[in-house]
Amino acid sequence: MAWVKLLPIWTLAPVAWAAIDVYEFDDPADEQRFRDLIFELRCPKCQNQNISGSNAPLSADLRKKVYDMIRDGYDDGEIVGYLVQRYGDFVTYRPPIEPVTWPLWFGPFVLIASIGFGLALWVRRRARAAPVALDGSERKRLDALLERYGRDGEKSE
Amino acid sequence: MRFGFDDDAWLPPPLAFPLLGFLALLPMLWFGLGNDPSLLPSALIDKPLPEFQAARLDDPGRIVTERDFKGDVALINVWATWCPTCRDEHEFLHVLKEQGIAIYGVNYKDERDKALRWLETLGDPYRINVDDGLGQLGIDLGVYGAPETFLIDATGTIRYRHVGELNRRIWRREFVPRMEALADGR
Repeated sequence: MAWVKLLPIWTLAPVAWAAIDVYEFDDPADEQRFRDLIFELRCPKCQNQNISGSNAPLSADLRKKVYDMIRDGYDDGEIVGYLVQRYGDFVTYRPPIEPVTWPLWFGPFVLIASIGFGLALWVRRRARAAPVALDGSERKRLDALLERYGRDGEKSE
Repeated sequence: MRFGFDDDAWLPPPLAFPLLGFLALLPMLWFGLGNDPSLLPSALIDKPLPEFQAARLDDPGRIVTERDFKGDVALINVWATWCPTCRDEHEFLHVLKEQGIAIYGVNYKDERDKALRWLETLGDPYRINVDDGLGQLGIDLGVYGAPETFLIDATGTIRYRHVGELNRRIWRREFVPRMEALADGR
């Protein structure tokens, strides 16, 4: 039962990922917004961490900023917009849908659809391929083989 | 090389599609190798300086705003005493000052005493230094590390941002051509 000893590691690990600061909210809904926002905002300093999980000083500043803006009554779009204006699209893990980001948003679907389309074409073409007729000598050879080995592949004595 | 819909094609579609997809991605992947992912383009290029109010580093009673940075083609250098690279580039800032370049300093997330001591011992190449102890001006400038150096034109529009040490090589390659263009009125 050694795995029981590992339980606290699995259950507590997510707590350890989150940076520790104390923010108090009057409204649990605001707290949830805060959690969601810092989860999908990306730390500009640390490349592949959100500002929730990063302990870079800049992430702490940005968490504080998000907190202050929620307290001041800004909505989610305004908060993300505030940071995108300053740090660019890099700062959000949910980049806006605009011509530059179309390949990012729609590329995978286009790719999957075209692969599916190509495969469907290929399969249909193969299914439709006309059976090849045997000429006289091939026919004779086939008959001889069938005669010798039997139709179901068992050798007939 | 044969692939496609023929029965005896060299590569049937189930293999050809992923391969073609990969080949299409290859140039992107290749050029991606040459990029330094830690260098982000500034979102503020060709935008006006953000409005701000902050205390002068050497005189906390006096408030500096973005208007104080306007008037000349100038550099805004974001620095801190906790930043070793800032020390490395400090000497070059003196060289620029001697050439008559206006440099404004943003003392980013630092302690005033330490910053003033630094300027006393290493010299002060800055025209004005702003105390951004909380990093709010840093956020408004999209700063994500020190040092960063912005090039602004006389109207206070941000023209370029360099992340990392400013040295002779970067100066010649990135700043001089842009400043010449600004001088030509381009």
